[in-house]
Amino acid sequence: MNWEVVIGLETHVELATKTKIFCSCTTAFGGAPNTHCCPICTGMPGTLPVVNRMVVEFAARAGLALNCEITRKNRFDRKNYFYPDLPKAYQVSQLYLPIARNGRVPIQTEQGGEKVIRIHELHMEEDAGKLVHDPWADQTRCDYNRCGVPLIEIVTEPDFRTAEEVVAYLEQLRSTLEYLGVSDCKMQEGSLRCDVNLSVRPVGSETLGTRTEMKNLNSFKAIARAIAYESRRQIELLEEGKRVVQETRRWDENKDATFSMRSKENAQDYRYFPEPDIPPLELSEAYLEQLRARQPEMAQARRARYQRDYGLPASDAGILTGQKALVDFFEAVIALGAPPREAANWMLGELMRRLKEEGQEPKSMALTPGTLAKLIGMVSAGRINRNTAVKVFRAIFPDDGDPEEYVQAHGLEQVQDAGLVERTVEEVLSNQTAAVADFRAGNVKALGFLVGQVMRQLKGKADPQAVNRAVSERLKQPEN
Amino acid sequence: MKITPEMVDYISELSRLRLSDSEREKMTGELEQILAYMDVLNGIDTDGVEPVSHIFPIKNVLRDDVVEASFDRAELLRNASWADTETFLVPKAVD
Amino acid sequence: MKELLDLTALQLGAAIKKGEVSIEEATRAALEAVEANQKLNSFITRTGEQALEQAKALQVNAKTAASPLYGVPMAIKDNICTKGVKTTCASKILGDFAPPYDATVTERLATAGAVSLGKLNMDEFAMGSTTETSFYGPTRNPWDTERVPGGSSGGAAAAVASRSCWYAIGSDTGGSIRQPASYCGVTGVKGTYGAVSRYGLIAYASSLDQIGPLARDAADCAAVLDTICGQDPRDGTSLAFQGSLLDGLTGDVRGLKLGIPADCFGDGLDAEVRRAVLSVAGALKARGAELVEFSFPVMRYVVPTYYILAAAEASSNLSRFDGVKYGWRAEDFEDLTDLYCKTRTQGFGAEVRRRILLGTFVLSSGYYDAYYKKALQVKGLVKEAFDEAFCKCDLMLTPVAPTTAPRLGESLSDPLQMYLSDIYTVSVNLAGLPGLSMPCGFDAAGMPVGAQLIGPALAEPRVLNAAYAFQLDTSWHKRSPAGKEAHG
Repeated sequence: MNWEVVIGLETHVELATKTKIFCSCTTAFGGAPNTHCCPICTGMPGTLPVVNRMVVEFAARAGLALNCEITRKNRFDRKNYFYPDLPKAYQVSQLYLPIARNGRVPIQTEQGGEKVIRIHELHMEEDAGKLVHDPWADQTRCDYNRCGVPLIEIVTEPDFRTAEEVVAYLEQLRSTLEYLGVSDCKMQEGSLRCDVNLSVRPVGSETLGTRTEMKNLNSFKAIARAIAYESRRQIELLEEGKRVVQETRRWDENKDATFSMRSKENAQDYRYFPEPDIPPLELSEAYLEQLRARQPEMAQARRARYQRDYGLPASDAGILTGQKALVDFFEAVIALGAPPREAANWMLGELMRRLKEEGQEPKSMALTPGTLAKLIGMVSAGRINRNTAVKVFRAIFPDDGDPEEYVQAHGLEQVQDAGLVERTVEEVLSNQTAAVADFRAGNVKALGFLVGQVMRQLKGKADPQAVNRAVSERLKQPEN
Repeated sequence: MKITPEMVDYISELSRLRLSDSEREKMTGELEQILAYMDVLNGIDTDGVEPVSHIFPIKNVLRDDVVEASFDRAELLRNASWADTETFLVPKAVD
Repeated sequence: MKELLDLTALQLGAAIKKGEVSIEEATRAALEAVEANQKLNSFITRTGEQALEQAKALQVNAKTAASPLYGVPMAIKDNICTKGVKTTCASKILGDFAPPYDATVTERLATAGAVSLGKLNMDEFAMGSTTETSFYGPTRNPWDTERVPGGSSGGAAAAVASRSCWYAIGSDTGGSIRQPASYCGVTGVKGTYGAVSRYGLIAYASSLDQIGPLARDAADCAAVLDTICGQDPRDGTSLAFQGSLLDGLTGDVRGLKLGIPADCFGDGLDAEVRRAVLSVAGALKARGAELVEFSFPVMRYVVPTYYILAAAEASSNLSRFDGVKYGWRAEDFEDLTDLYCKTRTQGFGAEVRRRILLGTFVLSSGYYDAYYKKALQVKGLVKEAFDEAFCKCDLMLTPVAPTTAPRLGESLSDPLQMYLSDIYTVSVNLAGLPGLSMPCGFDAAGMPVGAQLIGPALAEPRVLNAAYAFQLDTSWHKRSPAGKEAHG
C-alpha cells in the first residue's frame, strides 16, 4: 500500500520585546537563575498581570504578515495545569479568541511550484520557566527567568506532506518574522521551537489517521529526521496491522528516534476560561492600518525588486534576501552610495567567504555597512585596485577596521602617476626582449607576462587595466 | 446532575487534592446537592445571550515596554520551604 | 480613654491634627482595646510594636498632614499583602508567608499616614460567611460572643464594632464586607468593581473581589475610600475613579428615587429584618426621597451564578499554593505529585477544598458550557436587570442578609444553606456595582440589622450620601456592644 504522510505544525516563537509579557522584568537570554524575576512572574499571591503593549503589536504584525484575519476583539484565557515550571499553575494564553486566524503562507516546493500552507491561528501566551534536574541530590531546580517571556504560537492546518515542505515553511516563517523584527528566531536559544503533529493514511484516503505529537525539535535537521523516523515508524505499525497510539513523543537527537513521553498530567483537561485579570483587547481598524503601513518589504518582494531594478541574478538575490542581517547590510551599503551590483558582488564573494572562514553568522559579524561602502568607493575612485581591495577587506573584516587607515599604513594606494607607469613599461620592455619577441611572433600570452612584470615592478599598486593598455600601446609601436 | 464518586476522583486529581474515602463520599453528596440547586439556571433562556467575563467595557489596558529592575532574588526565595541560594527546589520533575 | 475610642475616625483625625490627641495616645488606646477584646479573636497578627514606632514617626507631620485620617489606627484583613508582615488568608497553607511587597492599598494607607495595628481574621481565603473557616479559629461577634460576626471580613467587622480600631480594610467578593458589617452593626462599603486596586489582594474570585472599608459610619467610609481608591497601573481592571467622596456628603436626598425591589423582601426574609430595613425607606422619604417599587425576578438566579463563577476562578487562583514557592509544605512526600496533593489536601480547610472541587468541576471538559458559560450568560442578564432597575430609580434598598447573626456552629453543617444566605449581596458583585451596608435597627435579641444601598456603577457619592443622610437622622450606628451592656 502507498502511504501519505500528513503533518501539521505548532511553532512557538519568542517575541523580541525588551520586557516580559505581564511584568517589566527583562527578557534577556541567560542571566543567573531567578535574577530576571519579580513577584508577578514568579506567581506570588496577590500580584496581577498588565499586558506589554509591544507584545500585542508584534503579534498583530506577525498575523498580518502571515495573511491572517486579525481578531479585532480578542482576549486572554487561562490554561490550568500543575507543573513546577509554571508558578501560577496556569498559563495565560488565548484559546477562545486568538489574536489572528485563517492565514496563508506560500512556500516553494521541490518541484519548483508554489504551495499554500494554511495558518489555523496565531495566539499570544507566556513562556514557562526552566527546570534543571540535579542527579546528585535527585531534585529539580526551578529557574523562573523565562517565565513570562512573550511567545506567539502559530498553528498550521495539517497541510504538509513532506519534511521538505515543513522546512520550506519554517524558513519562510523565520524570514518573515525576522524581517518584521518581532523575533530573532534563534533555534539554539529556543526562541523558535516546533512541535510536529504527524499521521499517515493510505494514499487517496480523506480521513486523517491517528496522530502523534513530537516535541524537543530544535533544528531544521532534527525536524526533517524526526519526520522521516516517525512516518516510517507509523507506516510500519500500520503495515503490521498494529495501531498508532495518540501520544506525545520526544525526539532524541543522539538516538535518532522518537520516544513516548509520560504526559505532563495523567488527565489532560486544561479547564480554559477567560482571564479575569486582563481586560479584553480591541484593535481598531485605524491601528491595524497603521501597522500595515509600517510592515517592511518582505523577502519575496525584495528578491523580485533586486532582480528587476539591480539586475542581480535570481540566485544572488535569493541569498541576499535569505537572511535579515544580510539584506539589512546590503540595503545599508547601497544607501551609502555603493553601486548595488558591486555591493552584491562583494557580499556574495568576499564577505560570505570570510564569514565561512571565521565560522560566523551575518548577524554577529563586526563589519559595518559603512566600511564596505567606503572600500567600494575607494575602488571606484581608482585609489586602490580590486586585488588590493580584497587584501584590505580580508584584513579589516574581523574588527571592522578603517580601510582608509589600512591603505595608508600599508602604502597600498594606487600609482596615479602616468609618467611613472610609462617609464616602467619602457624599462620592462627593454629588459624582457625575449618576451617582446614572443609577442611579436604571435604569442598573445606574452602580453600577460609583460603586464605582470610591470605590476610587479610597481608593487601591485597600479591599475592593472591601465598597465595593460600602456603595454599594448607600446607594443603596437614599431621597434626602434 | 448525578455526581459519581469517580467524577469526584477525577476533579480531585485535576485539583491535586486527595480525599479519604469518607470525605469522598461526603463530597459526592454535597456536590450533587449544590449542583442540583445550580440546575435552576437551566430554567432561564440564555440563547443568544453573550457570556460576560468582564463586567465593564474596559479594553486595551497596556503597559509600555520599558525594563525595570528585577526583584532581589533572596527576597523571592525567602518564603520558599525548599530552595538553595539560586533556585526553588522540587522533587524530581524531569524525565 | 473610652471617649477616645468612641470618636469616629474623622473626629480622631481632626483631634490629632489639632494636637489634642497624640498619635501614640490613640495607638496605645487601640492596642489596649485589642488586648481587652482578645476573646473575640479578631486579629491573626498583631503589630503593636511597629504601630507604636509608626505612631511616633508620624507625629512629626501631624499638624500639616493632608489626609483627614492621618495618624488614625486601623487594621487590615489578612488577605491583603503587607510587606514583611505575615499574610495568611487565615489558611494553614500560607504558613508564615510574609510577602516581600505591599498591596497598593497598603501603600496608599501608609502614604496617608495610617497606623496599622495588625492583620484581621477572616474565613479561609475569604470563603465563608461566618469567619468560622479560619485556620486560626473563629472570630466572635462583639454583640454576643456566642454568635458569628459574619464573614468573610468577620475580624474586620468585630474589630470596628468592639472599638478596637477606628476603621478596618476588608474585601468583598460576594458580600464579605457588607454582611459582617450588618451582623456587627458597623458601616461597610464595597465600591464599584475596579474603584480600588486589587494589586496585593490575594485573589479568591478575581472578577468579583473588591477591597473596601468597614467603619463607624458613612463619613468615615467615604474618607477611607478617598484614601484607597483610584486607578493603579499595576491592576489592569482598576478604574479612573476620583474620590472626593467625603466632600460630597451633604445629606441632601431630595428627589432621590429609592428603588425597593419586591423580590428582595419576600419569602425567607426575617420579619424583624424586613421591618428595620424598610425603616430606611421611611427615613429617606422624610428627607425628600421618592420611593419606587418594582419586581426584580433575576434574584432567583444570582446565588447559583455567583457560586459557579466564584468557585471556578478560585479553583484556578488557588492552584499556585503547592508548598513550593511559599507557605506551608507537607512532610514525607514520595514524589512531586504526592508533594502537591498532600500539601494541598492538608493545607486547605474543608470549605476551600469544596469550592476548589466545585470550581474544577464546572470548568472541566464536558461541563464548561452547561455551568460556567451558562453562568457568564446569566451574569449578563443580571447586569441587564440592574441597568433596567436603574432606569427606574437612583438607588436600591435591600436587606444585607435574611437574618441577624446566627450562632456559632449553626451554618457550616449545611454548605448549601450557607450559600443561600448570600442572596442579597452576591448580585452586587456579579454586576460590579457599589453596595453599602449600614446599621438600621436591632432585633429582639439585641443583634444589629443592616440595610443595603446599591447604586449604579461609580455612583459611590450617591450611595454614601444617602447613608450619610440616614445616619444624620438615626443613631443605630452610634451604638456599641459595650453601650448595650451598660444599658442592660
